[in-house]
Amino acid sequence: MKKSPIVTVVAIGIGAALFFVLGRFVAIPSPVPNTNVALQYGLLAFMTALFGPLAGALIGLIGHALIDFSYGWGIWWSWVIASGVFGIIFGLLAKGFGVSAALAEGQFGGREIARFNLAQLLSHLVAWGVVAPGLDVLIYAEPANKVFLQCLVGGLGNIVTTAIVGTLLCVAYAAAKPKKGSLKEEK
Amino acid sequence: MRPIFNYIDRPSPIHRLTGATKLCCLLLWSFAAMTSYDTRLLAFLAAAGVAVFVLSRLRISDIRFLLGFVTVFMVLNNVLVFAFSPEHGVGLYGTRHVLFSLGGRWVVTKEQLFYHLNLVLKYLAMLPVVMIFICTTQPSEFAASLNRIGVKYTVAYSVALALRYIPDIQQEYHEISQAQQARGIEMSKKESLLRRLKAASAILIPLILSSMDRIDVISNAMELRGFGKNKRRSWYMARPFRPADFAAMGLCALLLAAAIFLNIHNGTRFWNPFI
Amino acid sequence: MSDPIIQFDHFSFQYHAQAEPTLHDITLSIRKGEKVLICGPSGCGKSTLAHCINGLIPHSYRGESTGRVSVGGRETKDTSLFEISRTVGTVLQDTDGQFVGMTVAEDIAFALENDCVVDPALHERVEKAARAVGVETHLSHAPGDLSGGQKQRVSLAGILVDDVEVLLFDEPLANLDPATGKAAIELIDEIGQQTGAAVVIIEHRLEDVLHRHMDRVILMGGGRILADVTPDELLAGSLLKENGIREPLYVTALKYAGVPITAQAHPDSIEHMLLSESDKAAVRDWFCRTPPAPQSPERETQLAVKDLRFAYDNGREALHGISLSVRKGELGAIVGTNGAGKSTFCKLICGFEKQQSGTIALSGCDWASLSIKERADHVGYVMQNPNQMISQTLIFDEVALGLRTRGAAEDEVKARVEKTLKICGLWPFRSWPVSALSFGQKKRVTIAAILVLEPEIILLDEPTAGQDYRHYTEIMEFLLDLNRRGVTVLMVTHDMHLMLEYARRAFVFSDGRLIADAPCAEILTDDEIIRRASLKETSLYTLAKRCGIEDARAFVARFIDYEREAAHR
Repeated sequence: MKKSPIVTVVAIGIGAALFFVLGRFVAIPSPVPNTNVALQYGLLAFMTALFGPLAGALIGLIGHALIDFSYGWGIWWSWVIASGVFGIIFGLLAKGFGVSAALAEGQFGGREIARFNLAQLLSHLVAWGVVAPGLDVLIYAEPANKVFLQCLVGGLGNIVTTAIVGTLLCVAYAAAKPKKGSLKEEK
Repeated sequence: MRPIFNYIDRPSPIHRLTGATKLCCLLLWSFAAMTSYDTRLLAFLAAAGVAVFVLSRLRISDIRFLLGFVTVFMVLNNVLVFAFSPEHGVGLYGTRHVLFSLGGRWVVTKEQLFYHLNLVLKYLAMLPVVMIFICTTQPSEFAASLNRIGVKYTVAYSVALALRYIPDIQQEYHEISQAQQARGIEMSKKESLLRRLKAASAILIPLILSSMDRIDVISNAMELRGFGKNKRRSWYMARPFRPADFAAMGLCALLLAAAIFLNIHNGTRFWNPFI
Repeated sequence: MSDPIIQFDHFSFQYHAQAEPTLHDITLSIRKGEKVLICGPSGCGKSTLAHCINGLIPHSYRGESTGRVSVGGRETKDTSLFEISRTVGTVLQDTDGQFVGMTVAEDIAFALENDCVVDPALHERVEKAARAVGVETHLSHAPGDLSGGQKQRVSLAGILVDDVEVLLFDEPLANLDPATGKAAIELIDEIGQQTGAAVVIIEHRLEDVLHRHMDRVILMGGGRILADVTPDELLAGSLLKENGIREPLYVTALKYAGVPITAQAHPDSIEHMLLSESDKAAVRDWFCRTPPAPQSPERETQLAVKDLRFAYDNGREALHGISLSVRKGELGAIVGTNGAGKSTFCKLICGFEKQQSGTIALSGCDWASLSIKERADHVGYVMQNPNQMISQTLIFDEVALGLRTRGAAEDEVKARVEKTLKICGLWPFRSWPVSALSFGQKKRVTIAAILVLEPEIILLDEPTAGQDYRHYTEIMEFLLDLNRRGVTVLMVTHDMHLMLEYARRAFVFSDGRLIADAPCAEILTDDEIIRRASLKETSLYTLAKRCGIEDARAFVARFIDYEREAAHR
């Protein structure tokens, strides 16, 4: 209904705030001890599909940077950048696959679910399979096998949570979007 | 509760620097600490960081809760590096001085220990400055600072909005999750992972869909008050630079220059005492 | 007479996504210095009209329009939104959404920053605006440290930094407690007089807005202007009732007493209304004639709370020993200002927080060891905003959620959900998606989702917030119906009418203490309690005094009883 550049500015701000709250305070214990399931990537995928690649990149960058900051170890640039890269690539793919347009119209059926998940799978693979470990080795000179394994575990977790949380969010959003149609009361 | 910034109002020369200066210094400092593996420089950065920490009149008790996180993260990272790549130091420094073996491929070498020393120093070089930044910068000055160092003001304002609404969203999350718990939705360990994720969605869906409404309201409010009218905007919290600001930025720029110089001079990022 | 600052000329508007126009053939002019109230039920188009005045239509919302709207002599579609915002300052209903700054000062400065105003003018103008609304001592406060009323003042200051010619308020009373709402109306009136700007208030709480004089009231319905008259003329006519707007209580009382309401008597204010001796006699006569309602028998105590204390992690005590008891089948209201401890009290009852000391017992059983989930089987908690509770797409699933998580068999789930849907009047919609429902219907869904667990008590936070009179009545009649089926209902509310009309008893909180536990008529006529709990005395009380009725409290009680009778005849 409403589209202005300011909506994107606000969406980035609120998106980053949600990303932060989910990543920092919403802890779902995972089967691996001492690690939590990262729900924020489901949110990131949903908001990126809705507001585009630029918004996605900035929500990822700002949200992730704020999380790092709040733990006090400064910013772990390689992973922060990877979150941003996920936003860009996923945003472009979602646009290209027609998922964004369909979601904006309140359409999110089987076809969209499949494409949404294909897009998120590819984007996570690039972000956590290439960008994050590559930068870790390049910037921090950490051992390659260690960072690849770390990124693999993190990336797989992100793919799973995006598949579940991201898909559910999109379905719920599409369903909540008022559509024209004739609903009849049942007696 | 202030989740990110933890401004402590205890005036000091560091507090008086503008936010833009501190942000600029933080970035220069962290790039220096990031690019260099020169042990001498890292040690200097760590020591200088502690000195500035004292100068800013902060106390260990101010940052105790953050120290815990950093320590855990640091130890975990070191353990992982050793577990996966006990010969990483040998590869980097080109020599192999065995100290003792922990069995299997886990042989402790001088090179590996030295590499770990560098890793730890990197944390120690960053830790004080990050803490100083968090504790001496007003969150409201942060967005103005981002804009000042060249980030577009719309993006800087996105950051400001994130900081503004984090407490609201946190509170809303808390309220929704309590109401849903009353309906029997649980995220505790008793449930299977899939059920936990579904439970989380029962909280996240209302939270996020109501945030979408919030986006509409806020963008209306901002538009009605002229946001985006001009190519630039002024900031209520911005302060003019003073000589001390230029001095601080100059010193940090020198540190980065030193790091780059050492990298070139040594011919590698790694200062190697073994040859 | 000055030129109109706002002019609508046969204007119609249809949103892009809607099948029907929202505004039909609006012709309206508002002059500088005028004070205009726009009222009407939900969906009457009053918010859309506001969007047309501040330029969001046509600049932000897409749609089709015919006719013209001009603000400050220029047609809005040819003027940029930024230009219009220099003429029209808007205070939105959602003060948290409008408060975009990190501190009070920054939020006030927001429009100036966007205009690239720099120091020293920037700081000076912020301070001046802050002083105008009385928040100059809070400049460095974060929004989280402010009350709703203070946030609204900041929003007002934020538009006063520019010399606007129109002050537009969208439902300014919606989130305020009664005393703060009264102060807000006074402030709006004063600012309007000082600046000479036109004041346009959109609100359905007619009586509260009329606390200060308004020049005109525009009544809307179905996207059209139904009346554009003085408040006196409107109150003398019958349009209000026909269009689902609550008329002032004293007007209703006068009508019950058979006193004719004429515009000449200036019924827009109970203080200044002309009442002849015969009018007063008629009211006294009605009072003597109307029998008091029979006392309902006292039932056994259901919820007993004893000496409840609670302190936050930072050591600040929020509840200093609350003791109260709720009887079975009661319909009670919990009232008091923000921060008085109402919501903390509810959280302790539901087990969301743990008390430091004191006990909560239900039907004699101590609750200390019960979990949130176990308590929820007895006490159901309904949040203020239904959108914060609904997580399923289909109504059936939403209502079934609580049963399913408790592991009930699907047959039983089906039977119980269907039964609940029938009670809640949602049966015809059972297979609809939740999104197709109105706000009021969604509220019912959230109540149904709690009711399906068959609690003995339901606890509602502001059950009617943001509802117009018709939806409000709908929700409250529904709750009353549940109450008659034996469910105890407790509601936390700011709404005085709600409390007066529906609650039998009120628990008044102030500064973490229970300062009164009495029938509502008694509370709303007690000056001391009214002051401490930031309530507002009811206009019925003033009417009684003006008519020379000694026992004003009994008069108020008699009125409420009569109303209830009238409603269910």
